[in-house]
Amino acid sequence: MAQTLVINGNHAAAYGAKLSKVQFISAYPITPQTVIVERLAQMVEIGELNAKFIRVESEHSALAACIGAASTGLRAFTATSSHGLAYMHEMVIWASGARLPIVMPVVTRAFAPPWSIWDEHTDILLERDTGWIVFMAENNQEVLDTIIQAYRIAENENVLLPVMIGMDAFILSHTTTPVEIPDQELVDNFLAQESKRSFILDPNNPITHGSLTYPEWYMEFRYLLYKAMTDAKSVIKDAANQWAKLTGKYHGDLIDCYKCTDADVNMITIGSPSGDAKEAADILRAEGYKTGVIRLRVIRPFPSEELRQAAHNSKVLIVVDRNLSPGIGGILLNEVKGVFQTMKKQPLVHGFIAGLGGRDITLQNFISMFKRGYEILEKDEEPGIEWINLRREVL
Amino acid sequence: MTSIREIPREEYLLPGTAACPGCGFTIGLRMALKALGPKVIMVVPAGCTSIIQSPYPYVSIGVPLLNIAFAAAASTASGIAAALEYKGDKETTVLVWAGDGGTADIGIQALSGAAERGDDFIYVCYDNEAYMNTGIQRSGATPFGAWTTTTWTGKREFKKDVPMIMAAHRIPYVATASIAYPIDFYDKLKKAKTYRGLKYLHLHAPCPPGWKIPTDKTVEIAKLAVETGLWPLYEIENGEFRLTGISKMLLDKKRRKPVEQYIKVQGRFSSMTDDDIKILQKWVDEQWETYAQLAKTK
Repeated sequence: MAQTLVINGNHAAAYGAKLSKVQFISAYPITPQTVIVERLAQMVEIGELNAKFIRVESEHSALAACIGAASTGLRAFTATSSHGLAYMHEMVIWASGARLPIVMPVVTRAFAPPWSIWDEHTDILLERDTGWIVFMAENNQEVLDTIIQAYRIAENENVLLPVMIGMDAFILSHTTTPVEIPDQELVDNFLAQESKRSFILDPNNPITHGSLTYPEWYMEFRYLLYKAMTDAKSVIKDAANQWAKLTGKYHGDLIDCYKCTDADVNMITIGSPSGDAKEAADILRAEGYKTGVIRLRVIRPFPSEELRQAAHNSKVLIVVDRNLSPGIGGILLNEVKGVFQTMKKQPLVHGFIAGLGGRDITLQNFISMFKRGYEILEKDEEPGIEWINLRREVL
Repeated sequence: MTSIREIPREEYLLPGTAACPGCGFTIGLRMALKALGPKVIMVVPAGCTSIIQSPYPYVSIGVPLLNIAFAAAASTASGIAAALEYKGDKETTVLVWAGDGGTADIGIQALSGAAERGDDFIYVCYDNEAYMNTGIQRSGATPFGAWTTTTWTGKREFKKDVPMIMAAHRIPYVATASIAYPIDFYDKLKKAKTYRGLKYLHLHAPCPPGWKIPTDKTVEIAKLAVETGLWPLYEIENGEFRLTGISKMLLDKKRRKPVEQYIKVQGRFSSMTDDDIKILQKWVDEQWETYAQLAKTK
């Protein structure tokens, strides 16, 4: 029987890996990810999980070791955050180029300097062009459920791409909530599909992988990667629907539409802040505003069609970016703008930079951001970018 | 010592590689695969081997081979070795084949990590004493006085002693070798294979374009490096240091040829002055005092 535990997001991630019966784990500690691999190390040591665990000397090596193990056919897992992710960036690219179904939670955290261990999404969003499927979870249950779904997606022979699952530093990683742990048997059945790998290192069938490739071949490899990412959309939807059928847990597929279809003002969010955005939408709905939230559950492949469909009636889209691309603004704002560029009747797209380095984004902030959407509409203002909770008096 | 007749006839380094004429380390690679093959999985970081194995869709190596990023060879091998253990495969040897740049410099962190953990694979550094694949830039293993495209007037620092760094990790087996003595290398690989944990072999391998030597002098010059004492042949088995082959005789200073003989035949040392050669000779002699101590403490 499924049981409900009160656990933090890091434990949820560890349970997700355990239930997926990962065979290989390699990791380096970084706050606030550490608990994920501490828990897994314990599971392996006390025999709860039959896996090899390598305690490497860096994140670069953590993912390299996963690449080695996955190339030999094992189901591999690692986890990281912030500078750890930046340090393993080279191997992040290698893993997807090699088409290896590795799964990795990323506890999203700000970069230094100045040092900050708190929440921000810039780290994971910087990896969006590496060829990994990128999820952002809203809550601890979704962390667990998505890790299990991720292996099914990654190992699908039309996909064969690694998956990262973003989870907000401290807000998810260190906050305990009730999480339903499904039965092992259920997960076993869900992941039962035979996985055909793109290659396996085996002396009985010698192949060379990753050779130098001249210009007359390279582009085709890249096209196949691009195509796999496109094909992943239906596999992601299928995984979400099948999981919902088995467990009753549904977090959306590529997007999570919350009262979005008839909303005049829709807020576009990712990760844990989405919960507050939804609450703000409810409060405003009670006051007569037609507000909704479109949470991007998947950032790569980018849900362009899904977003267009969900927001085609919206008059204003408010994009909340807990990240910064200096010189242009929020990363999501620009991605979202691109999606609507080709529509005849375009919604106004207005961006907010909020909550960098773990600064709180309050419920009141979300309400004000929605209201700004209406103000822009009524006053026929040019949409732009605003910073929320910036202490201008100290600048 | 294995006799030449006992070396397997099977070839796992296949004809048609993209190696330069006179390439030194391909001699070693051919031997290594004979010693270990065919139950081998090779890991190759960026370096000359990335090219000589032939560009896609051609292949010139008859065992499974994974190319990997420059800094990641040892950690990737750790993952493969762990996977083999998980699968219960006790027959397959994991072989890292990395250059001196990928070993002495960018790869040393991962290598040190794997050594400290005792991960089970053989790591061979083929040392052509510079970043040859990118066009002859200095590495931590480039010797004193050598011209490279980033040391135009000759490198002023001495070669990093990677085998001794690895020995300090107290791994079960460390050895040096030279492509001029392929059977010595063959035997050392065979011995390495009998140990569990990380085994480190450092193979000295001339590079004709990088060293500015004629393509038919590769073996001769590699041999001179050993005869002058610039490249000693030894093994450190469970902490026990032992000179091997011709190097056993070279503890006697008089039997070592002057380094000048090695220097004068290579274009890369052309800017070395007589004083530089004296500095290098002194450095070599000091190295041998250390080897004498190590050989004695046995």
